[in-house]
Amino acid sequence: MRAFAKPAPQPSPWLTHSVRIRSVLKETPGVATYDIEFVDNEAAQAYQFKPGQFNMLYVPGVGEAAISISSSAHSPQVLRHTIREAGGVTRTIAEGGRGMSLGLRGPFGTSWPLESCFSVDPLAKKEVIIVAGGIGLAPLRPIIYGLCQRRAQVGRVVVLVGARTPIDLLFSHEYEQWREQGIEVQATVDRANGDWLGNIGVVTSLLNRLNLKRPEECLLMTCGPEVMMRYVVQTAKSCRIPLTNIWVSLERNMNCAVGLCGHCQLGPEFLCKDGPVFPYPRVANWMKVQAL
Amino acid sequence: MSLVNSEAVTRFAELAFIRKEELSQLIQVLRDQGYCVVGPRVDQGAIVYAEVETAEDLPRGWSDQQQPGQYRITSNNTDSYFAYNLGPHSWKQFLFPSQHTLATTDRCEAGWQMTVPEEVTPKYAFLGVRACELKAIAIQDRVFTEGPFVDPVYLERRAAALLIAVQCTQAASTCFCTSMNTGPQSTSGFDLALTEIEDGFEVEVGSEAGLAILGKLAYQSATERHSQRAMALRQRAVAQIERHMDTAGLRDLLMNNLEHPRWDRVAERCLSCTNCTMVCPTCFCSTVNEVTDLQGDHVERQRVWDSCFNPDFSYIAGGPVRNNTRSRYRQWLTHKLASWHDQFDSSGCVGCGRCIAWCPVGIDLTEEVARIRSEPNDQRTLPVLQPAAVMTCRVPRSNS
Repeated sequence: MRAFAKPAPQPSPWLTHSVRIRSVLKETPGVATYDIEFVDNEAAQAYQFKPGQFNMLYVPGVGEAAISISSSAHSPQVLRHTIREAGGVTRTIAEGGRGMSLGLRGPFGTSWPLESCFSVDPLAKKEVIIVAGGIGLAPLRPIIYGLCQRRAQVGRVVVLVGARTPIDLLFSHEYEQWREQGIEVQATVDRANGDWLGNIGVVTSLLNRLNLKRPEECLLMTCGPEVMMRYVVQTAKSCRIPLTNIWVSLERNMNCAVGLCGHCQLGPEFLCKDGPVFPYPRVANWMKVQAL
Repeated sequence: MSLVNSEAVTRFAELAFIRKEELSQLIQVLRDQGYCVVGPRVDQGAIVYAEVETAEDLPRGWSDQQQPGQYRITSNNTDSYFAYNLGPHSWKQFLFPSQHTLATTDRCEAGWQMTVPEEVTPKYAFLGVRACELKAIAIQDRVFTEGPFVDPVYLERRAAALLIAVQCTQAASTCFCTSMNTGPQSTSGFDLALTEIEDGFEVEVGSEAGLAILGKLAYQSATERHSQRAMALRQRAVAQIERHMDTAGLRDLLMNNLEHPRWDRVAERCLSCTNCTMVCPTCFCSTVNEVTDLQGDHVERQRVWDSCFNPDFSYIAGGPVRNNTRSRYRQWLTHKLASWHDQFDSSGCVGCGRCIAWCPVGIDLTEEVARIRSEPNDQRTLPVLQPAAVMTCRVPRSNS
C-alpha cells in the first residue's frame, strides 16, 4: 500500500452561490421556467455551462434539487431552469416565484455531444434526431439552441416531442420559431379532446415514420421517462440507427452532485459525475434491470 | 502519513522492541505532539474507538467472540492490550464524521448568505489500526480524494492523521481478510506497526514521522527471540482464519446474476436495518439534512451517514427506484464486491467481517456469494422488450 499523497487544494464542492429568480414563465400545468440571476456579478461573469448539464438549486431550510439548465449555453448570463413541481424543493420554488432568493451550485455533469453534430463537409452533414418525453425536453432545449446557432453545419434536424395531453406539450410556443430555423418539430400526445388535430400515440411511432436517408450516420438524443427511452432505443435500432449514435439523459436521486454521496448510482455509474448524459451502449445493460 | 523512503527510514529496516510499560509513554508522546490519540476502549459491552489518555484506557485483558449476528466481549485473563478483534467502530467515523456541517446559510438583505465554515482540523493519531483497516482507509482515500471532486472534510483529517498499526495475533470467526488479500499482516501504509508479544511490542517503522516518535521512546533493537515470537503470533492469526470468499471473477459473477433467485431469499431475511453499512469501514454514502433555527434565519447543512438500505435513498419524483429489500441488498452487495472495481479499481470489501457480526439476523455475505456461485443463473441474455402495445390510434391530419 502506498502512502497518502495530499492532492492540491480545490474549491469546496459545497460552495453555493447566492441567486435570485428574475422572472417566471408558466409553461404547462405544474411546470414553469425560472430565469435565474446571480447576486454576485463576478460569479455571473464566470459562469458557463454546456447543453445537458444541471445545477443544484438550493432552498435554505428545505434542501437542494438537481435541475437541468434549459436555456442557451451561448448566453449563460441568461440562465433558465424549467421545473416541474414534484417535491418539497420544487414546490417551494414555485410558491416563491419572482424575486425569491436561492442558492446555486454548478454546473455539474456531462453534456450532449454537440460538436459531434457538426460537419464542415457540406456533402456529409449529419442528421440529428431529438426525442423528448414530457419534462425531458427541458435538458434538450439547450442542444436545440446550439444546433440553431450553427444550423448550416447540420443536416436534417428533427425534434419529436411526446406529452400526456396537448396542454402538457412543453415549449410549444417555441415550435414555430424552431421550424423557421429549419427544424422539423413533431408532437404527439397520449390523449386529447376534439380540438387536437395532431398525432395521438407514443413518440416512437413518429420516429418510425421519419424515412431517414442515412440512418447509420444519424445522431439521436433522448430524454424522458426511462420506459420511453428504452422504446426509443428499440425503435431507433429497427430504423438502423447505430446504438453507438444514441445518447440518453438519465435521472436518479442527485444529492451531492459530485460523486461523493452514493445516491445516484446505476450499476457502476455515478449519474451526477459520469452522467446524466451517456452514450447509450455504456448504460444499456443497466437500463434493462428493474430497480437497479 | 508522509512516507519518505529516506536513509533514516531505511536504516530502521531493523525492528525495534519496546516494553509494555512504554505504551503509556507512546500515548503521552503523541499527546505532547498535539495529537488526539484514538484507540480501543471498552464501552457498553463492546470494544470501540475513542480518545485514550493513558494505556490504562485500553482494553487490557479483553477479547471477544464473534459469530454471524453475534458479538460478545470476554475476559481473557492475560495482560494483552490488543487481544481483541474488530468491534463495531472503524476509523471512518473520525476521517468521515457521521455528522458534519458542510455549509451554513444566513438570511441577509440580499437574500441568503452561504458560507463554508472554516474549521480547525482535528489531528488524530490512530492507535491499533489493523491490516484490513489500513486497506479500508486506502479505499476511502481513493473515494474521497482521488476523483474529479475532493471531499475537503476527509482530505484535511486524513492528511493530518498518524497511523499506528497493531498486527493481528488472533482472528475472529467472522474474519476473511486472507480472501480479500488485505491481511492479517500490515506491510505498509502505517507510521509505526506494533506486534504485541508477552513482554512488550516488536515495532516496525513505516515513515519518518513514525521514526521520530520511536526516537522519543525507550526502545532497543528487537532480538531474535522477540522477532520469532512476534512472527509466530502473527502466523497464529493466519491459521485461525476459517472464513473464505472465492473472489475469482467475482465482479462478473455478480453483475451477470442480477436476477438470481438468491436475492429474493436474502431479502426474506434482511431487515433493511442499515447496520452492515454503518459498521462497514468503506461504505461512504451520505445525505444532507437542513437544520434550521426557530426563525428559519440560520440554516446548517448537516451531512450525515446514509445507507442504500434506506427506502428514500433512491427517491426520485416517481418514488424510490429501489422499492424493495431485494433491490436494496442487491445494490449493497454488487456495489461492494462488483461495481466498486469499475469505480475505484478495487473491491470495496476488506474482509473485516463486521457486517456479518453486526447483522441482527446473521446474514453472511460470504455465504450469499457462495450460493450465487454454486448455482449461477447467468442473466447476460436479459429479456427483450415487448413491442409498444399502443401505437398511433388515428391518422394525423397535420403535425401539431
